[in-house]
Amino acid sequence: MVPRLDSRAKVTGAAIYTGDIFLPDLLYGRILRSPLPHARVKSVNTTPALKLPGVRAVLCHRDLREFDAVVGTYINDRPVLAVDKVRFSGEPVAVVAAEREFIAEEALRLIEVEYEELATVSDLESAKSPQTPLVHEDLGSYRTRAARPVPGTNILHVAAFEVGEVDAAFSDPDVVVVEDEFRFPMIFHYSLEPHTSVARTDSDGVTIWTSTQSPFSVRDMLARIFRLPLNRVRVITPYVGGGFGSKSQTSSIEPLTVALAFKTGRPVKISYSVTEAMLTSRRLGMSCRIRTGAKRDGTLVGRECEMYLDNGAYAMIGPTIADKAANRVVGPYRFPNLKVRAHAVYTNTVPAGSFRAVGAPQAVWAGESQIDILAAKLGFDPLEFRRRNVLRKGEAPRPGMRPLDGDFRMMLDRAAEVIQWNQRPTNPNRAKGMAIAFSDPGAAPPSIALARFNCDGSLTILVGSAEIGQGAQTVLSQVAAGELGIPIEKVYVAPPDTLNGPFDPRTSSSRTTTVTGTAVQNAVRDVKNQLLSMASRVWRTDLDSLHWSEGNISDGARCVPASDVVRQVFGGEGGEVIGQGVVIPGAGIDVGGYRPLFYESGVGMVEIDVDPNTGAVKVLRYVGAADIGKAINLAQCHGQEEGAVMQGIGHTFFEEMRYEDGQLVNGTLADYRVPNFLDLPEAQETIFIENLDGPGPGGAKGMGEGGIIPVAAAVGNALARATGVRFRDLPLRPDRVWESRVVAEGKT
Amino acid sequence: MELHATRDVFKRIPIQFTINGKQLEAEVEPHKTLLDFIREDLLLTGTKRSCDVQVCGACTVLVNGLAVSSCTYLAFEARGKQVLTIEGLAENNKLHPIQQSFIDRGGFQCGFCTPGMIMAAKSLLDRVPDPSEEEIKLYMKGNLCRCTGYRSIVEAIQEAARKMRANKLGILAP
Repeated sequence: MVPRLDSRAKVTGAAIYTGDIFLPDLLYGRILRSPLPHARVKSVNTTPALKLPGVRAVLCHRDLREFDAVVGTYINDRPVLAVDKVRFSGEPVAVVAAEREFIAEEALRLIEVEYEELATVSDLESAKSPQTPLVHEDLGSYRTRAARPVPGTNILHVAAFEVGEVDAAFSDPDVVVVEDEFRFPMIFHYSLEPHTSVARTDSDGVTIWTSTQSPFSVRDMLARIFRLPLNRVRVITPYVGGGFGSKSQTSSIEPLTVALAFKTGRPVKISYSVTEAMLTSRRLGMSCRIRTGAKRDGTLVGRECEMYLDNGAYAMIGPTIADKAANRVVGPYRFPNLKVRAHAVYTNTVPAGSFRAVGAPQAVWAGESQIDILAAKLGFDPLEFRRRNVLRKGEAPRPGMRPLDGDFRMMLDRAAEVIQWNQRPTNPNRAKGMAIAFSDPGAAPPSIALARFNCDGSLTILVGSAEIGQGAQTVLSQVAAGELGIPIEKVYVAPPDTLNGPFDPRTSSSRTTTVTGTAVQNAVRDVKNQLLSMASRVWRTDLDSLHWSEGNISDGARCVPASDVVRQVFGGEGGEVIGQGVVIPGAGIDVGGYRPLFYESGVGMVEIDVDPNTGAVKVLRYVGAADIGKAINLAQCHGQEEGAVMQGIGHTFFEEMRYEDGQLVNGTLADYRVPNFLDLPEAQETIFIENLDGPGPGGAKGMGEGGIIPVAAAVGNALARATGVRFRDLPLRPDRVWESRVVAEGKT
Repeated sequence: MELHATRDVFKRIPIQFTINGKQLEAEVEPHKTLLDFIREDLLLTGTKRSCDVQVCGACTVLVNGLAVSSCTYLAFEARGKQVLTIEGLAENNKLHPIQQSFIDRGGFQCGFCTPGMIMAAKSLLDRVPDPSEEEIKLYMKGNLCRCTGYRSIVEAIQEAARKMRANKLGILAP
């Protein structure tokens, strides 16, 4: 086992996260947030707050007029501070910087904001209806990129595709069609560390330390907003206390910290509370109508799905998520006919964004539940039904997508064997269930890495990947060390720093090991090649007769540490060799630009026990399978799978963000329940398939998102077999399970 | 309503206590939490702030050997007591068995829950040297982790328990 390189720092408390940074003369920022879900902002009076002793700045939208203070990845729809309207309860309206945090907090109470309430669009049902109030009346005039909004509605994007003729296929009398509606709630990431930023401005420009997954996105956004050249905005990312997507897109915290630093001339720190983090980003909720049809012999003929996704008040990356949800409702099966439409919709709720396996848990909850429904109707065992229809490795889920690079049949069989699928529990309160899914992560180039081989033989790796817990720092070190054959202790992967490190768009969508990893590999190979060339020159030997081994260069006669060659070349004055690795779209690992770059597989089988008296469900055993190419760090792969499954258990059994009248009513960790130690399955295994067939170093694929996808559907399917009751909503809380059983039993 | 907002408006309470084995004298504002005092005044930033409502355990420190959520424990209440934070666990740069086990078993990923997790585990193992898996899960329920899924943490605590028992007996742990 290769211990993580951040081990000592994290177990001793020495690891620095953004909130641990204290600068001299630091001011503390706090945000005034809208109490209303939808209202016009008639006036904002900051003067009374400025009078409070200890307050150094109070900003509202007027104070940002000189800047380009609107953000948005695909649709520029989001002001950094509300201008004429607030669109969700919690939206930033003003910001204060003060000597102490409690002074800033008190100053918020003194800011006078006059609101004129508007009718609220608080859920998918109302957002869909034609008479609905509009969250963005000016949707037609926004700058957009790769999005298909429908102005005059709350629809910010429609993802749609068709294969064959579903309606014709379903009208065949030999085809059995089932139709259901499914819903998936809004879910909160709960990273232990809430969003935090510390910013400082000086004659060189802006420096900001921030808890982000995307340091370069932050840099580019800040440069645009504050009209600075890219080389004058420095973003540094210390250790990040969890992301899961919540820190992939950025909105207000970084621009506001910088704006306050500019205004006051002093460094400013803004630390969100967890409650504020709950008002910052979340997973999209979903509501769909879905049909699946199969011939009586069990052959699937088609699937049709009309899906709505609750994107909240601002678009963020909703268009991509709708695209992905549409792809992922299809499932790893042979469907000759498909018709899918997924709409991302604005509502007056917290904006939704990235969250592990975007769109997949929602889509698969519907898709895989329905596979079991159809299987049962036709009299097939769920495993057998899936085996009949599952795509073979090399078949594409639909034309235009990359052929599947994983063997789902093998994963099905191996997981079924481990969980002993064919042995039905004798206890009537127990049952087994399964679900399988693929996801097409957004992992793609570009990435750049730099490698600096120092004159003492140590290696510094510069990348833009944040260490958010996923082990990027360690895995990239392993890749680098492996290329030179040197001990991993000689490698240091620096925290991202946009001043010194090369461009990398983001740390998300399972892209780091494959794309950034390949850049690292190329950079280190460049170093090795340069060192061999140098040796060839100084020793006046043919390059062909030189040999690299474990950090040494030999020519048959001598074997010398490469670092000695460096010192020789640089005249004894130190020196270093710098290599670069560049991964660009359409070349190298991305030849042909086939999407996705690789698939993640989500295979889950579960055995549950239902308490008939309370409705409480216990997970006795969970078996997952994933086709990951190569496990560069096996312990870390297990850690990621287990973490993903536990998040799946969370949204399956108890997580949901509850809104009433546009207000988040369970917006604290005392009211929003996340998994704890007692939720551990009694037994859990993960089967990793390693065929060395991925695009990353050593044949690795990306992983870490697949595990969360099938959990809910696997449990729902097991529950249907145990209780005879089919659930179409989540979470499967004890009271809901109990009540449904009572109702079902009452009916029979 | 009079607004109190300057630095030294609150009458501070003088307190004496021991932190990580060192005697300390300080004057704390009455409303200051132990967490804020540790992080802001002592610059011991290993203890983390997360949920603010005593649910997640990221702020766990030991007060007289008992696990306490320092986010909802007032600093002045520590007077006359012994406080132990994550920084005080390793002795002379040698990691505590629990810290080493967390490394060996991969009991962390992002690491933000880890200091609190380790302190809670210490308070358990100091009291119950041979806990069952159920006892570990029940005791540690007050510490949340979003990254690991908990299994590797349970294994880390079990391994630490074995090592600590062996250390006590003066034999090498298996």
